[in-house]
Amino acid sequence: MSYAVRQQHKAATSDDREPSIDVRGLTLSFSTADGPVHALSNVDLTIRSGEFVSLIGPSGCGKTTLLRTIADLEQPTGGHITVNGGTPRQARIGRQYGYVFQEPALFPWRTVIDNVMLPLEIMGVQRSDRLAKAKAQLALVNLSGFESRFPWQLSGGMQQRASIARALSFDPGLLLMDEPFGALDEIVRDKLNVQLLKLWAETKKTIVFVTHSIPEAVFLSTKIVVMSPRPGRIIDVIDCDFGADRTLELRETPEFLTIAHRVREGLRAGHSYDD
Amino acid sequence: MMIEPAPHRPSGFGRRFINAAVAGHFLPVCVVVLVLVCGWYFAAFFMNRAVVLTLMGDDAHPSLSQLIWATLNSERPLLPAPHQILAELQRTVLDVSVTSRRSLVFHAEVTLETTLIGFAIGSCAGVLLAVGIVHSRVLQKALMPWIIASQTVPILAIAPIVVVVLGNIGITGTLPKALISAYLCFFPVTIGMTKGLASPDLMLIDLMQTFHASRRQTFWKLRFPASVPFLFASLKVAIAISLVGAIVAELPTGAQAGLGARLLSGSYYGQTIQIWAALFAAATLAAVVVFAVGLIERVTLAGMGSRR
Repeated sequence: MSYAVRQQHKAATSDDREPSIDVRGLTLSFSTADGPVHALSNVDLTIRSGEFVSLIGPSGCGKTTLLRTIADLEQPTGGHITVNGGTPRQARIGRQYGYVFQEPALFPWRTVIDNVMLPLEIMGVQRSDRLAKAKAQLALVNLSGFESRFPWQLSGGMQQRASIARALSFDPGLLLMDEPFGALDEIVRDKLNVQLLKLWAETKKTIVFVTHSIPEAVFLSTKIVVMSPRPGRIIDVIDCDFGADRTLELRETPEFLTIAHRVREGLRAGHSYDD
Repeated sequence: MMIEPAPHRPSGFGRRFINAAVAGHFLPVCVVVLVLVCGWYFAAFFMNRAVVLTLMGDDAHPSLSQLIWATLNSERPLLPAPHQILAELQRTVLDVSVTSRRSLVFHAEVTLETTLIGFAIGSCAGVLLAVGIVHSRVLQKALMPWIIASQTVPILAIAPIVVVVLGNIGITGTLPKALISAYLCFFPVTIGMTKGLASPDLMLIDLMQTFHASRRQTFWKLRFPASVPFLFASLKVAIAISLVGAIVAELPTGAQAGLGARLLSGSYYGQTIQIWAALFAAATLAAVVVFAVGLIERVTLAGMGSRR
């Protein structure tokens, strides 16, 4: 297994980097009418600066909850999280992360450029400055020329790109993405995966990416976190580094399939229930 | 979408006119109007017949055509015929100066003024109440029962009280009438706006959280724009109701002017034709103000990227 060697090598080098997100013993349960639901149980995870980490697992495994907790949209019932050395709340107040939702979540009454400028407006950035930053981000996601369109005039893939531009408009170091391409068809999804990879290589952001697609996770990530439901927990962390300039053909290679197989095995092991 | 030109049809104005009439709304609308007018004439004939026969005396034996003519042209009919109302409208709209007290336009203007002031007060109150209700559960619990109770009280009972109370503290003229109108029209605005302000998806609220937007920013950049379609839907209801409120308010104030005053004096003197003419004027006025709100709605929503 040649990739295992590379993995060890990778682990050795990545440890030098600054931890961007550190999760220790994280527990989160919701109380419902049927008793408490353990969305997350004793989760430990370190994400270093510049990494592309995928959280993968079946629905109900708490991957979205983990992302939302990092973003300070959910409060943990136990354990610690630090984001860029502070609490998630400090990170949110300091606008240290951009969040991309499952749906584009664009405001229908705003044009594309106005949508991208929304966070800048909220932060009180000067108008001329706003315009320049928003245009730069739209160029980064290949949406130049669509500034004055309204969201409904764009395809689903373009809308999601606009929402990525919006999340990046204030240049946060961290990008949290919650199944951003889940609602798109396979072909558009492949295309956006390649674009996202390029964007990641260019901007050197730390990306945490929730998905339930194994090929997507293996293709994009430097680290794959396999999660399992009831209670939501991490069952495997797989390092995987195919270099910055990977193409879609990578998915046919034996190395790719080996890692995909390991992810699948992990997912299967996590399914303790029969259905 | 383009409508394809119809092939194999000879051109020419007459043919095109007929095509347009059959294809468009023109013909169905005409048919409906015709049916209504015919039905009205029948009703006028049957309702006025007894009175006309009594007036003619027992000895008179009018022919059918004489009887029809008499029922459709009597001076104080139970139900005036359409042409009588049109004649009255011509007399009171076209033939007199708009500043004359005999002009329906003059009276309509008075009512319109009351309506618009009442609408402005009522809509503002409605929006403010909705903002309070959406932002505070306490306000919601405290206000909602009163808001609903306010609408179960008959306006005809409230109106004279308002006029008397305000008259006592020296407020007379348009304002008391406008307040009665506002009392009626704030309700749909409150209900529609509450719904509209609460309409943004949870995901969008979360999005604003990730930007660390303040409550005020979330209101102005998300909740308020999202509520605009709801606002206009309720404003259209509200303006029609404020017109009703303005007319009702003119009854107990003993107003000398306004469509309500026209209705009242018409009923005092048994001038059914005058009453119906005033009703037509009120209906036309309602159509105009609702249309105006609809127009503002279309322009506003088009500016907000509406698909239509």
